[in-house]
Amino acid sequence: MEKIASYPDSLTDKHFHYCPGCTHGTVHRLIAEIMDELDIREETIGVAPVGCSVLAYEYFDCDMHEASHGRAPAVATGIKRVHPDKVVFTYQGDGDLASIGTAEIVHAANRGENITTIFINNAIYGMTGGQMAPTTLEGQKTTTTPYGRNLKEAGNPIKMTEMLSVLDGPSYIARVSVHTPKHIRKAKKALKKAFQRQLEGRGFTLIEVLSTCPTNWGIKPKDALNWLEDYMMPVYPLGDLKDIEEVE
Amino acid sequence: MAEKVLMKGNEAIGEAAIRAGCRYFFGYPITPQNDIPAYMSRELPKHDGVFLQAESEVAASNMVYGAAGSGARVLTSSSSPGISLKAEGLSYIAGAELPCVVVNIMRCGPGLGGIQPSQGDYFQATKGMAHGDFHLIVYAPSTVQELVDLTYKAFDTADKYRNPVMVLGDGMLGQMMEPVEFMEPLDPAELPKKEWATDGAKGREPNVINSLALAPEELEAMNKKLENKYKKVKANEVIHEEYRLEDAEIAVVAYGTSARISTKAIDMARERGIKVGLIRPITLYPFPEKEIAATCDQIKKYLTVEMSTGQMIEDVRLAVNGRRPVEFFGRLGVVFEAEEVLQRLIALGGDN
Ligand SMILES: Cc1ncc(C[n+]2csc(CCOP(=O)(O)OP(=O)(O)O)c2C)c(N)n1
Ligand code: SF4
Repeated sequence: MEKIASYPDSLTDKHFHYCPGCTHGTVHRLIAEIMDELDIREETIGVAPVGCSVLAYEYFDCDMHEASHGRAPAVATGIKRVHPDKVVFTYQGDGDLASIGTAEIVHAANRGENITTIFINNAIYGMTGGQMAPTTLEGQKTTTTPYGRNLKEAGNPIKMTEMLSVLDGPSYIARVSVHTPKHIRKAKKALKKAFQRQLEGRGFTLIEVLSTCPTNWGIKPKDALNWLEDYMMPVYPLGDLKDIEEVE
Repeated sequence: MAEKVLMKGNEAIGEAAIRAGCRYFFGYPITPQNDIPAYMSRELPKHDGVFLQAESEVAASNMVYGAAGSGARVLTSSSSPGISLKAEGLSYIAGAELPCVVVNIMRCGPGLGGIQPSQGDYFQATKGMAHGDFHLIVYAPSTVQELVDLTYKAFDTADKYRNPVMVLGDGMLGQMMEPVEFMEPLDPAELPKKEWATDGAKGREPNVINSLALAPEELEAMNKKLENKYKKVKANEVIHEEYRLEDAEIAVVAYGTSARISTKAIDMARERGIKVGLIRPITLYPFPEKEIAATCDQIKKYLTVEMSTGQMIEDVRLAVNGRRPVEFFGRLGVVFEAEEVLQRLIALGGDN
């Protein structure tokens, strides 16, 4: 009998600590499946961020390196320069990547560092209890924008992925979502392509994943999936933003 | 015996690091240490090494964190304001128990300050580097030869204790040219394999480089482990030197460039019949506490000499523990002359 789905080898058997309806776990699973499919678990070093996924090293069954808040691309650079033949990825939230770690991500991308970044955009700071993220939407209520994000005072939702895609270093940059099975399949394709690009030595790859945080959005898990589609997707449109097909 | 070559302090640090098997350098430009990255960018590619000019010192120290966790011998260098930014990475490196070497060629601060030589980062280096209960092991060379020997040794000490080691120099030492003799270069491939490093979990359980401990008991255990390590460091790693101390009644306590100037002042004072000698801490952490305390029966007065407004003097006073007076001489911004130290010694010696 053909086995069509199983628990990925590249995940440990520890239970995720993520809240019900949080899509961090979905993305973890996709990454693990890709590690299995590409047979790279024993060749991979992951960098965990500071954020809700701070314990990612408990879940991925590969070598893992914890980073300080926002510095995962710098840590990954150090690792990759020592082990250029290994697969190195960072997994970062929007506070981590789009606020405190902007310098590190811009320059890792610009150097064309041959690493893969998975950027989880949930429009909020999850771990610290629901403060405004740079990606928080206009009017969105958070614990530090109790009257809704006012663009005049708090600036605009930052489009890191668009910004990074104008650089010459990256080889593949895309934005995906995981709020429906159809989107999950597309997300997996993009993630796999990013890892494959790295294996081919083609330079920096980044996949932004629109993600839910029902706990801090203050809505039910099912409503969170709809909220993502109705409010986040118009501001953060899905698709490939940069894709350098051929190496010259 | 190897031939002596004339070399600038900063470049000698770079060469010593390469001979110690260091093949990775991450840094950001700042005066007066710029010859170190320049040297590394020129020499590392010849050894299949990596030189990377980072986007900031914050990034540089976190690249060091990644490279150290990957098992490599890695160096970063900076000067005072840059070290403040490296503090984050160093706290994580110490917390995750990784070896690395960091050079601080001190300039005068605070704030942007200026590029004159200084010893104003003693507190930062030995006590207040960054958040959390950790220490760097700190070497304080006073000659270019010592810059070479201690930089080389720093890599071994870092590996031995899995702890960051700082080589603390100043702008004067970094720019100085002196004849030096180098050790035989070491082949990094022959260094013992670091079993804990992240290099892909092939045929073994995954390795995790980390300083996070959420459970209270786990957190206490992590800090206890560090505390025990520092106890060992204190017991085994103190280095100091004494000069003309045998019959001395006054002891100057000084390190680095201050110690060089003080040595000259001591010779001048001796010619005038003042019984003075030098205690020179070579490790600032661990500090030669016991070694200084042991001189208290003989020494009547101590004079701490620093290019600061008085930082190491606190450790000298703790070592002397009230048994003898501990005086201070120092200037900041300008480098003082031996003559000025001599005047203080005459004043101290006069009321003997
Ligand atoms: C230097 C520093 N500043 C602040 C924090 C506190 N902090 C921890 S996680 C976090 C934000 C996390 O948000 P995000 O990156 O969006 O990840 P999420 O939790 O939403 O997955 C902050 C501010 C920290 N750990 N370190
Ligand atoms: S707080 Fe939000 S991001 Fe964090 S685990 Fe819960 S739902 Fe997910």
